[in-house]
Amino acid sequence: MILDLPRVVETERPYWTALEKTLVWLESDPHRKLTIHEAERFHALYERTADSLARISGFAAEGELQRYLAWLVSRAYAEIHESRRRERFRPWRWVLFDFPQAFRRHIRAFHLAVALTIAGSAFGGFAIRYDPDAKGVLMPFDSLQITPAERVARERESQGKQLTGRKDRFSAQLMTHNTQVSFTTLALGMTFGLGTVIILFYNGVMLGAVALDYILGGQTLFLLGWLIPHGVIEIPAVLIAGQAGLAIAYGLIGWGDRRPRADRMREISRDVVMLACGVAVMLVWAGLVEAFISQYHEPILPYSLKIGFGAVEALLLTLFLSRAGKTKSGAV
Amino acid sequence: MTLSETVLIRTPEGIEFTLPLAGPLHRMIAFIIDFAVILSAGIALQSATSFLRLFSEDAFQAVAMVLYFATSVSYGALTEWLWRGQTIGKRLLNLRVVDAGGLRLQPAQVVVRNLMRFVDFLPGLYLVGGVSCFLSRRRQRLGDLAAGTLVIRTPAHRLPGVEQLLGNKFNSLGGQRHLAARLRQKVAPELAWLALDAVVRRDELQPESRLGLFHDFAGYFKDLVPYPAEVVDQIPDEQYVRNVVEVLFKRTSREGERY
Repeated sequence: MILDLPRVVETERPYWTALEKTLVWLESDPHRKLTIHEAERFHALYERTADSLARISGFAAEGELQRYLAWLVSRAYAEIHESRRRERFRPWRWVLFDFPQAFRRHIRAFHLAVALTIAGSAFGGFAIRYDPDAKGVLMPFDSLQITPAERVARERESQGKQLTGRKDRFSAQLMTHNTQVSFTTLALGMTFGLGTVIILFYNGVMLGAVALDYILGGQTLFLLGWLIPHGVIEIPAVLIAGQAGLAIAYGLIGWGDRRPRADRMREISRDVVMLACGVAVMLVWAGLVEAFISQYHEPILPYSLKIGFGAVEALLLTLFLSRAGKTKSGAV
Repeated sequence: MTLSETVLIRTPEGIEFTLPLAGPLHRMIAFIIDFAVILSAGIALQSATSFLRLFSEDAFQAVAMVLYFATSVSYGALTEWLWRGQTIGKRLLNLRVVDAGGLRLQPAQVVVRNLMRFVDFLPGLYLVGGVSCFLSRRRQRLGDLAAGTLVIRTPAHRLPGVEQLLGNKFNSLGGQRHLAARLRQKVAPELAWLALDAVVRRDELQPESRLGLFHDFAGYFKDLVPYPAEVVDQIPDEQYVRNVVEVLFKRTSREGERY
């Protein structure tokens, strides 16, 4: 086919320019809606430009022009063929409604995360019971290397003064560190879940080892008063991050699901974001509680008050995750 | 498995277009720029909140720490969301994140690909992400694979200024419009750009290489679209190639006529 290219360029250029202007206008606000007339004109411009691209394809030396037209067509294609719902930036709605819904949609992954942590705890408890020398490996924190009785005596003596002048920093450190660990647990879902499984199990090992160490040392009440106020939020947050990681792994592997991997991943990506949002909020709260409540022990704060506070938190969290965002039809 | 330079998208209307994929080096430079931006933002935020020191040094340090962490985690997601797939580094390098299927980039995709940086960064210096980028057919790091996104190049689109390169000599090929049209149709785009490149960089070549290169080009073009002998006689090979390049790239002759 011999084409009078200069004439084509001259005739079609106004349409390409009009399409480009429309695209810039549309792209400047993702929530912009076209009227029927505007949509018809936009579609006509897209078809005309796509036709130009098809006509000049393969023409020598028109690589630059082809790239320009391909860029226009690709942008217009993205606007016209996108059928997914446009999401507005509503973080509080995500946390209060969409997060618990996403949590319930992937409840089996959560159960698996819990089971892995319990298995890790059993292993950690077993290890500390039969090999107390393993403490240094299982609990790599200086404050946990002394006996529980020594720790309790030290905490009672200091009366919470060990954090004087650095409580805010301590709280910030806890928030950022825990968020980092949780998001890594989530992201390791991309290792087909292997990394997520290892972190959940290892967290369980540490938790089980610490718990049994204090129980065997006769400091159960101190343990509950120390861990429960922040742990009832922090531990579920890590479990939910693990749940999101396992959901990603499921999307990658796709047992019994014949859809292409890209489709499966596309479907779960929104839920993963919702779970990550929820985890971040939970960890901010847990960081504040750990710095400002958990580190104060009797006689400053009675254990019963701390445990009661933790129990209320646990109840509210359970109600929130199981009830919030439920529709009238009872779905999700 | 071979690495692709482009990704081909076929629309339901039967139109095909390609998107040029960004290479790992460009992406690394963009990341370094973004990292510098995050550091600068962290320093700026620290200065902006330094008034808190008047009340409490502890509160100041805590706020600075949380703000820096929040900035480093959310920078990529926020900028890519607001600027349709671009961060400052990507803007400077003409890169853009797009949906792998050519559709509009969704906020959830942007957040997921940025959340996955926690694993792409492991064990340090983006090793996992870099290796994944090299091994993946479409140069995707794990975050891109999870979110269904690609990073493409979006260079400025304009015709090259060939007028300045070709001098003001008479182009004997210009008068044969039907042959000029055939030339434009038959010469592959890659070869046309190669010939233009040879003309642009002709002074960098050794004399012998220059003669040999333009001899080969001229021979190929003469075989591809033979011109009447009276038109091409007495034209040196280099001038012949320059004339061909002018026909291929310019829309009109110096006399203002269409090729």
